[in-house]
Amino acid sequence: MTDQSYNFAYLDEQTKRMIRRAILKGIAVPGYQVPFASREMPMPYGWGTGGVQVTAACLTPEDRLKVIDQGADDTTNAVSIRKFFQRTAGVATTEATAEATLIQTRHRIPEHPLTEDQILVYQVPIPEPLRFLEPRETETRKMHSLEEYGLMHVKLYEDIARHGSIATSYAYPVKVEGRYVMDPSPIPKFDNPKLGDCPALQLFGAGREQRIYALPPHTQVVSLDFDDHPFQATKAPHDCDLCGASESYLDEVIVDDAGNRMFVCSDTDFCRSRREAGHAGRLTMQEAAE
Amino acid sequence: MTPDTLTGGFATPPTDSARAFRAILDALARPGTIRTVDGAEPPAPLSSAAGAVALTLLDGTTPVHLAGDHDTQDLRDWLTFHTGAPLVAAAEAAFAFGTWDALLPLDRFAIGTPEYPDRAATLVIEMPNLHPEGATLRGPGIKGSAYLSLPATAPFIANRSLFPLGFDAFLTCGNRIAGLPRSTIVRDA
Repeated sequence: MTDQSYNFAYLDEQTKRMIRRAILKGIAVPGYQVPFASREMPMPYGWGTGGVQVTAACLTPEDRLKVIDQGADDTTNAVSIRKFFQRTAGVATTEATAEATLIQTRHRIPEHPLTEDQILVYQVPIPEPLRFLEPRETETRKMHSLEEYGLMHVKLYEDIARHGSIATSYAYPVKVEGRYVMDPSPIPKFDNPKLGDCPALQLFGAGREQRIYALPPHTQVVSLDFDDHPFQATKAPHDCDLCGASESYLDEVIVDDAGNRMFVCSDTDFCRSRREAGHAGRLTMQEAAE
Repeated sequence: MTPDTLTGGFATPPTDSARAFRAILDALARPGTIRTVDGAEPPAPLSSAAGAVALTLLDGTTPVHLAGDHDTQDLRDWLTFHTGAPLVAAAEAAFAFGTWDALLPLDRFAIGTPEYPDRAATLVIEMPNLHPEGATLRGPGIKGSAYLSLPATAPFIANRSLFPLGFDAFLTCGNRIAGLPRSTIVRDA
């Protein structure tokens, strides 16, 4: 039931117009961070206020919303944002990736391939990929305008000098259409190859930092690397202990005081649908044998 | 002010503008596709698609330029009543509405600055017809290549050479709309 005390999708129309204009400019210049007048939302910064504002500006009554937090549909953050839009926009919700028309995500891209009819909205904490290398906004803005990204390569090189390989494992910087270096939000670098040539529209919202940026469908996105140290998408070298998937991104869970652990798909919908289809992993087979 | 000034807006603004925005968003994110937008009934000569763009995106912070025959008192009153957008000359405009000939020369419009490329104008070009054929489009939002009946190709090729600066455009015809962001690479058919 829609909560009639609020405007459709919570935000007032003036705010939505401002956000919508920022989204359109973000699409016109893929990878460029468009400033916008981020509003206070009824949740703390860091809980996805940017993503929520982008979602609110894009939602229509016909949408079917899915919200994930590190791949999971059932964590506090995902549940509360999903309920928020159920209440304020009255939209249908789902946990199945294939059924959703709009997916808000915190730090994962779903395993199930996205389609042309979907929009993926990312929650972004720090949108500026150069921020930890250069704290001044005036300088990073100038660096983007001059396409001066040498510092980012020095950072990746220092990784190699110190660890023997590029140790950056999440929020791995990408270059969009050969122009802007962009922070893909703290998704694991395992997900980076899914950013490019994606059939779905990808929107990024950073509430505290007041930035919106976008990747139109089928945009060229390249993870930064070196000829002798090419980019590698990595994951834990295991199969999922519940569904046996070997190609999905895994979470490591400590299961007892003896230090035993299990690896499970971080994408809960992917893992559940595989188990429902009869796939089994190490632990489910053990359980069945007992 | 005529009685028409007060009518022709969205019947249910929150949901109508949400649906209109999704069509506009889709059109710009996928150049070469043509979407329909309904709900706006602006005074002639503004098309209903261009009217929907105005109602969805304009407010008191977006200076608007009405080019050529679109600069009528009826339309000025309608935009002022429904959006509150200030009417300005081409150089200061965030949005411009008009036919292709009326909008020329295009170098009057803002193309953004190197540090803020988002501060560029959005042109809403009223077309006599709109088909997914003609000039070849490539670039972000397009799988392979797409086609769109553009009024001319040279100005869009020149606009692309300014990237990441440049204006962005919507082409409207009746209740149909197509998007042409500055990132699109245009070639003659």
